Amino acid sequence: MSAPFVQVRNLRRVFDVSKPWLNRVLEGGHLEYLKAVDSVTFDIRKGETFALVGESGSGKTTVARMVVGLLPPSSGNVLIDGVSMTDPRQAPARRRLRRRIQMIFQDPYASLNPRFRVDAIIAEPIRAFDLIQGERDIQARVGELLSLVGLHPDDRLKYPHEFSGGQRQRIAIARALASDAEFIVCDEPTSALDVSVQAQILNLMRDLQDKFGLTYMFISHNLAVVRHMASRVGVMYLGRIVEIAEGRELFARPRMPYTKMLLGAVPDLAMSGRQRVPVKGDIPNPIDPPPGCAFNPRCPLAFDLCRKETPELIDGVACHAVNTAPVPA
Amino acid sequence: MTEPVLSVRNLQVEFASRRGTLRAIDGVSFDIAKGEVLGVVGESGAGKSVTGLSVIGLIDPPGRIAGGEIRLSGLRIDNLPPEEMRRIRGKRIGMIFQDPLTSLNPLYRIGDQIVETIRTHLNLSEQAARRRAIELLAEVGIPAPEKRIDGYPHEFSGGMRQRVVIALAICAEPELIIADEPTTALDVSVQAQIISLIKRLGRDHGTAVMLVTHDMGVIAETSDRVAVMYAGRVAEIGPVQDVVKNPLHPYAKGLMGAIPTLAGDDKRLVQIPGSMPRLSAIPRGCSFNPRCAFAFDRCRVERPEPLPRGAQSVACHLYDSVPTESAA
Repeated sequence: MSAPFVQVRNLRRVFDVSKPWLNRVLEGGHLEYLKAVDSVTFDIRKGETFALVGESGSGKTTVARMVVGLLPPSSGNVLIDGVSMTDPRQAPARRRLRRRIQMIFQDPYASLNPRFRVDAIIAEPIRAFDLIQGERDIQARVGELLSLVGLHPDDRLKYPHEFSGGQRQRIAIARALASDAEFIVCDEPTSALDVSVQAQILNLMRDLQDKFGLTYMFISHNLAVVRHMASRVGVMYLGRIVEIAEGRELFARPRMPYTKMLLGAVPDLAMSGRQRVPVKGDIPNPIDPPPGCAFNPRCPLAFDLCRKETPELIDGVACHAVNTAPVPA
Repeated sequence: MTEPVLSVRNLQVEFASRRGTLRAIDGVSFDIAKGEVLGVVGESGAGKSVTGLSVIGLIDPPGRIAGGEIRLSGLRIDNLPPEEMRRIRGKRIGMIFQDPLTSLNPLYRIGDQIVETIRTHLNLSEQAARRRAIELLAEVGIPAPEKRIDGYPHEFSGGMRQRVVIALAICAEPELIIADEPTTALDVSVQAQIISLIKRLGRDHGTAVMLVTHDMGVIAETSDRVAVMYAGRVAEIGPVQDVVKNPLHPYAKGLMGAIPTLAGDDKRLVQIPGSMPRLSAIPRGCSFNPRCAFAFDRCRVERPEPLPRGAQSVACHLYDSVPTESAA
């Protein structure tokens, strides 16, 4: 088998959240760093949907931004189709690669320029990469893209405020497809939408994937949506991937205690009276995380080692309790 | 049968605008019994928040209650003078809003805010009110309440702030609590904690709860009965098990099928074409008819009224007269 389309290796990002220098001198205090993402490693195969789930502050959006190159990592590497997103020597290759990567954002009210007409929004990638010459051909392509996402070709003459949230997200998808992208990073694409509209957008995204063989990286905090969309899932907690597995496997047999807790916490329509792992505690402050495994203060299986040593991701799970001793589930 | 805590009959709420009067709520009726949790679910623009706001008398001009009546344990409250309504609000009706940061005053310690609310509504001394505030904070699950009572809102996490807001809402032991999207701003693990807290309120104190949310999962876990709202009307209302497992109204059916579930397989989600109509362009007849796969002539002219159907009640012409199985 060929190398995975996207390879993320030991990705790490630290933000400096210290007070300004003068305040540090006058009031005391020292440099403070927030480790938003640490040792994140995963692969995405061509044509699959890889999802990152986690609660707010777990670092999923930061990973997405580093994967598309919007944010430089503090260390680690991202290879897309063999091209490094960080190595300055590969800048020319990266420029050619850019066309093939697009992103869809959470808030369709913020991600479309309100002063641009829809045709200008969707044609922007086409013009930026010089894909089609001649205004008539560009307009024809924009019309084609709009029909593809379920809008009318004449909608290209309207402004974003004339559309509902779901329609705007369709425009954002059309823009992502305009450069013939192969890899689309979707950061909470349906969180701002109502459920019936969410269903439309999720169905559309799957249809487009079948049609064009798209590869998705899907970021969401909604486990049911991830269950529906993803072929593989990584669960993040406080900047690290704590469990990574095939979607079916993860939801049927979660292994890491945090994943179990998260799945148990989801209010579900199928009120089957399933056994719940009681939720306790809050996510700790990421500036001052607990030593060892970041989940240990909330974990029912925590023992001495968990409070001392950060567990490595072994065989898809980063958990001392799962990896050292066979613990009854 | 005993009198319901909240009884809403044929409620109509209008907003005057430059382009004429918009009717946000059009003929909504429901009851909530003592200790019962009624979930009100719908998509944005369905009128669920406006319904909650009219119950607590917080519809501001240009909006107004144009018709119908609201009764709290028999007392008519929709036409009370503002001063009397102010005494009921907080004392007999508690409120929990979506964003806990905006419902707390950032400049006051949370203890002072709770003590102020307690002393406004109950005749207690400063010390007694403070003791009561500590009890309340302990009850909603805030650790070390005797220390945390002197903290400011920014020192609490989102989930903890929402607990403080709930403590504020229950401090005068109200008969009814209106919770408007109480868990929407929270992470799932925290959401689960708040849900069980709200459930406990109804059980332990006999408080009636009106839970407004767009999240059907939250309703399924919390509520006893559920009202599905669409374009300012109740499309279907009934016991939560029945409505979730066997929805009758085509919109409710579509809504249930559109929700991805953890247990579900990978099949396509049910898609309801189009979106909720704007208030200025509510279709004639049944407001759902342009999106409905089962719509027939009558739906385009005549507005359906709620029809009882077992324990459920559904506003749909399909369930009127003979052809009953056509929506299955």
